[in-house]
Amino acid sequence: MSEYFHSVRLEKEKCKGCTNCIKRCPTEAIRVRNGKAKIIKERCIDCGECIRVCPYHAKKAVTDPFEDIFNYQYRVALPAPTLYGQFKNVWDIDMILTGLKRIGFDDVFEVARAAEVVSLATKRFFESGRVKKPAISSACPAVVRLISVRFPNLIDHIIPIKSPMEVAARLAKRKISLQTGLKQEEIGVFFITPCAAKMTSTKVPVGSDNSFVDGVIAMKDVCLKLAAILGKIDDVEKLSTSGMRGICWAKSGGESAALGDEKNISVDGIHHVIKVLEELENDKLSDMDFVEALSCTGGCVGGPLTVENNFVAKNRVRQIAALNDKRDSVEESAYLDAIDIAWTNHVTYRPVMKLDNDMIEAMKKMEILEEIYKELPGLDCGSCGSPSCRALAEDIVRGFATETDCIFMLREKVRTLTKEMMDLESKMPPAFRKEEE
Amino acid sequence: MAENNKVIRLHYEVDGEDFSLAGEASSNVKKVLKQLGFDPQVVRKVAIAMYEGEINMVIHAQGGTVEVEITPAQIKMILQDQGPGIPDIDLAMQEGYSTAPHKIRELGFGAGMGLPNMKSYTDEMHIRSEVGKGTTVEMIVKT
Repeated sequence: MSEYFHSVRLEKEKCKGCTNCIKRCPTEAIRVRNGKAKIIKERCIDCGECIRVCPYHAKKAVTDPFEDIFNYQYRVALPAPTLYGQFKNVWDIDMILTGLKRIGFDDVFEVARAAEVVSLATKRFFESGRVKKPAISSACPAVVRLISVRFPNLIDHIIPIKSPMEVAARLAKRKISLQTGLKQEEIGVFFITPCAAKMTSTKVPVGSDNSFVDGVIAMKDVCLKLAAILGKIDDVEKLSTSGMRGICWAKSGGESAALGDEKNISVDGIHHVIKVLEELENDKLSDMDFVEALSCTGGCVGGPLTVENNFVAKNRVRQIAALNDKRDSVEESAYLDAIDIAWTNHVTYRPVMKLDNDMIEAMKKMEILEEIYKELPGLDCGSCGSPSCRALAEDIVRGFATETDCIFMLREKVRTLTKEMMDLESKMPPAFRKEEE
Repeated sequence: MAENNKVIRLHYEVDGEDFSLAGEASSNVKKVLKQLGFDPQVVRKVAIAMYEGEINMVIHAQGGTVEVEITPAQIKMILQDQGPGIPDIDLAMQEGYSTAPHKIRELGFGAGMGLPNMKSYTDEMHIRSEVGKGTTVEMIVKT
């Protein structure tokens, strides 16, 4: 798989070349060229912000087709807890899980359960004393990628523990292989995702070499299938084992609450996350132990592949979690010993914002950049296809744009040219000049 | 290696008595240094030292100016203000010593760690101050 696999893609025919996405992208990864948006692969972190803001629905998240599950002899659904908040008037998690079995899965393994395991591992990690505080949650892959391209100083603060999705996949394969005698590769585990970033993280994993997830299915696709049958299930099976703490991971603040440490910050929405990371980088939050940072507004319930309004879903998740507050924290420690929960690879800094690999060259470019920037109008209108005047100046020194891409600069040039032409036009060869009377 | 003398100069005006703007200049410098490819640790030291300096100018001196000189070998920051000046620099350098007014401390600033932090994050720091005239702080972070 390419180093730059991305779930977030452009649907060219739908793109009108407007400026909505370029202006909202947190890593300035989009430009408009020849009337169409273009994603700079090295910079994209798959946060899905552009999917949300595009008024023409020209941005999409590529996920696997549902039918892929039938490529496996035994099929396991890994529902993100966000799924529980998608249905009006459905308060029974078992109903939803039974529904998953009715639409084609043989079994389910709740990611909420795995989240409880991750919380336990995180607590242990804090107790180990190896933590660089404030420690940053590694649950949101978009945030981890954001840190790797924009906040190199914070890489050591990321908690090196696998995500609930990966933990669920490993536990599910192990458990079902023991139960059925099937080989792990005969068991297909499919994550039901609220976002694009999770899809990307199964193709290009962060923190480990390979993902145990065999496929990723968009939550909205599953919701469509479930909505048709949920009312008709009369033999609801007892399947759910997750408790309140795990379920609440679906919303912002859930992971912090599960950890039980008071000195924490929960921040959601990618632009808010950036603000907090800036403060962290400036050593301004040194009194905090833990930072939960989630790319989507409201947390995973705000994912671009969800169906329900994130504020409504947040409330529903809270209510459903409260119904399961008695069912909490069984011996997850047994799970902990069963799999390798720690990261095996380290996240590395990818300096995608760097102007040049050679510092002297970079400095030369920076000088020119500053000069160009001074001349630009500073309106950040986006008509040039770059997100801001500063970004255009950068694109010019990188050789991807020219000064006349700015409509104001172009107008100025036309004006100067016109004036010169007018001046020339008024000039006459001496032989034709009329003597003044 | 004559090119190693290459210098980039940046200039910032820091507005006084507006906390919401304090930190803008250091945030900008941070971005520039990352684009130039400086080591993340160097970027961090510069950002923290300069942020503290900016806050100081906002709290004590109704703002001022920052000159930044970037070369491959070092980053020099010169913060200049026309504030009240520091009567006893040695005292001001002590951790926890603060002359920040009560209302500022209530905002969580003015804990008396500004100057000590600036010193600990930089390789060189020189303060020139004259009471009633103003203060100039020069800081150098070596790469």
